[in-house]
Amino acid sequence: MNAAAASETNNVEASPAALLENPAARILSRRHRLRWWEALPWILGIVFYFAFPDYLGFGAELLVTILFALSLDLALGYAGIITLGHAAFFGAGAYTVGMLAYYSVWSEPITSLALAAVAAAVIGALSGLVLLRTKGLTLLMLTLCTMALLEQAANMAHDYTGGFDGLPSLAIAPVFGVFEFNPLYADTQYLYALGVLLVCFGFVRTLVYSAFGQSLTGIRENVLRMHAIGSPVRRRLVICYTISAAIAGVAGGLWAQTNAYVNLSTLGLDRAATVLIVLILGGYGRLYGAFVGAVVYLALEHFLAQLYPTAWQLGLGLLLVVIALFARNGILGLGEALWRRCRDALSRRKRAGSAAS
Amino acid sequence: MTEIRLETRALSRYFGALMAVQGIDFKLDAGARHALIGPNGAGKTTFINLLTGVLPASDGRILLKGRDITGKAQAERVKLGIARTFQINRLFRGLTVLENVCMSVAERVGAAGSMLYPAGRRTDIIDESMQLLQTLKLAADAGHRVSELPYGRQRLVELAITIGLKPEVLLLDEPAAGVPSAESHIILDAIERLPEDIAVLIIEHDMDVVFRFAKRVTVMVSGAIFAEGTPREIEANSQVRAVYLGQAGQRSGESADGG
Repeated sequence: MNAAAASETNNVEASPAALLENPAARILSRRHRLRWWEALPWILGIVFYFAFPDYLGFGAELLVTILFALSLDLALGYAGIITLGHAAFFGAGAYTVGMLAYYSVWSEPITSLALAAVAAAVIGALSGLVLLRTKGLTLLMLTLCTMALLEQAANMAHDYTGGFDGLPSLAIAPVFGVFEFNPLYADTQYLYALGVLLVCFGFVRTLVYSAFGQSLTGIRENVLRMHAIGSPVRRRLVICYTISAAIAGVAGGLWAQTNAYVNLSTLGLDRAATVLIVLILGGYGRLYGAFVGAVVYLALEHFLAQLYPTAWQLGLGLLLVVIALFARNGILGLGEALWRRCRDALSRRKRAGSAAS
Repeated sequence: MTEIRLETRALSRYFGALMAVQGIDFKLDAGARHALIGPNGAGKTTFINLLTGVLPASDGRILLKGRDITGKAQAERVKLGIARTFQINRLFRGLTVLENVCMSVAERVGAAGSMLYPAGRRTDIIDESMQLLQTLKLAADAGHRVSELPYGRQRLVELAITIGLKPEVLLLDEPAAGVPSAESHIILDAIERLPEDIAVLIIEHDMDVVFRFAKRVTVMVSGAIFAEGTPREIEANSQVRAVYLGQAGQRSGESADGG
């Protein structure tokens, strides 16, 4: 058999025998299917709603952080685009929602988020067209510069953006015209954020398991080879960066809606660095790293700040050092490695047991 | 009369004052089995890089089936039918062997731009990739990460990715370089089983391989074509023997960095 003969089988019904026999092909053809444990985050999300009614504001912040980290995972974890300026898109989304609501132009929450996504996507596409010609440290610095430029622009245009003080007390219309955002009880905010996260996560998950998503992994793994197999690498990267920016914009818009204000903190290096830490903590390039990282980071921040209000970041720093030294793939990667080791040990013991008997 | 697949006219590439490739007129017919040999630094790999668009030409033209592709980007040339392997593996090391091949097959059939359809449902792509692995006797390794494979098997994956593109012109840059001689026959067998119609250009240092595989041989020296002919003619050419084959005793000690 040769490659010419293989061309004869280039249709969907072609001999499924070879395909089903090989476990590698089976894994590949089933990878996109939902697994039972993928329901866990959402079940926990609902449980949280009933178990901690006093912490729903914190919960909404957590969900926004997850969404933001998820957007970064698409660019950094999958396509390998090294960026330290992702808050540029978060801020663009936040200011879009904020300014529209503050000047009473538009306050319907869901369409506002769509507009936030568009605004962030435009900035992502324009900057991506320029930035993604570079890589490595240059790319890192340029993403940082883009964010700094936006931050300064927002600072200087204080007639429109409120400058350093931001835009306070945004009046956001009720979700579906029914569920009002109550600043004292954040249950609408929480469930709304959970819904938005679910929709965005579904989209990112679909994207990651598509052939497009696979090609992003290819670009991360070996960009020179991708060129050599005829992949339009630059276009793929710009599309990925734009989508990632749009989702970061949704996260920013959501932040503005749930907090009912915007300020320069949405555009700052602090936020960009935090989301990077969250993703590295959880594990990048694996979808659920954003969830684990955000939960661990915010929980630590919460409890450490209560224990040591002045030096809580020390604990976080130490944890990061440990992660960087011993768990390059983050908490999820560590968990996976442990799970694999346990399973191997179990099967070895089983084999030894059956051999002995 | 066979069709000319690939042709260069006065193709040149300068690096500053260094004439890496100068004024090469070269033709590759459909079904060609052509070897490119020459001492290290002769410009063989630079020539391949010019053909595939990794480097822009300083001068001259490249024609693919009569069509000028000199200004085309690397990815466009791949779509038009030129594919290559690399002297040093360029693989998706963190992915499985099957995923590596699926990557190029998906790119060739134009599926890789689709964003909302699960890649796993394109069983046609997975199936074709598996069959390709079977022909290269790699099916048993399909589920292994490339980085876990011995180097010889990795060289086969390098070849598989390229064959998955179904090229009309295939450029092989020392396909067996770095492979222990006990395993190199696997790669050579695979090359011999390539569809006959493909035009193949192979850079190779091992003369046994060249004489076994090639129907025509081009000798490059200092960036220019020094001689061209059948393997027998090249072997009999005393000048070639002087500049190149004469070094046969030292050949085994050469590094594999081509040039």
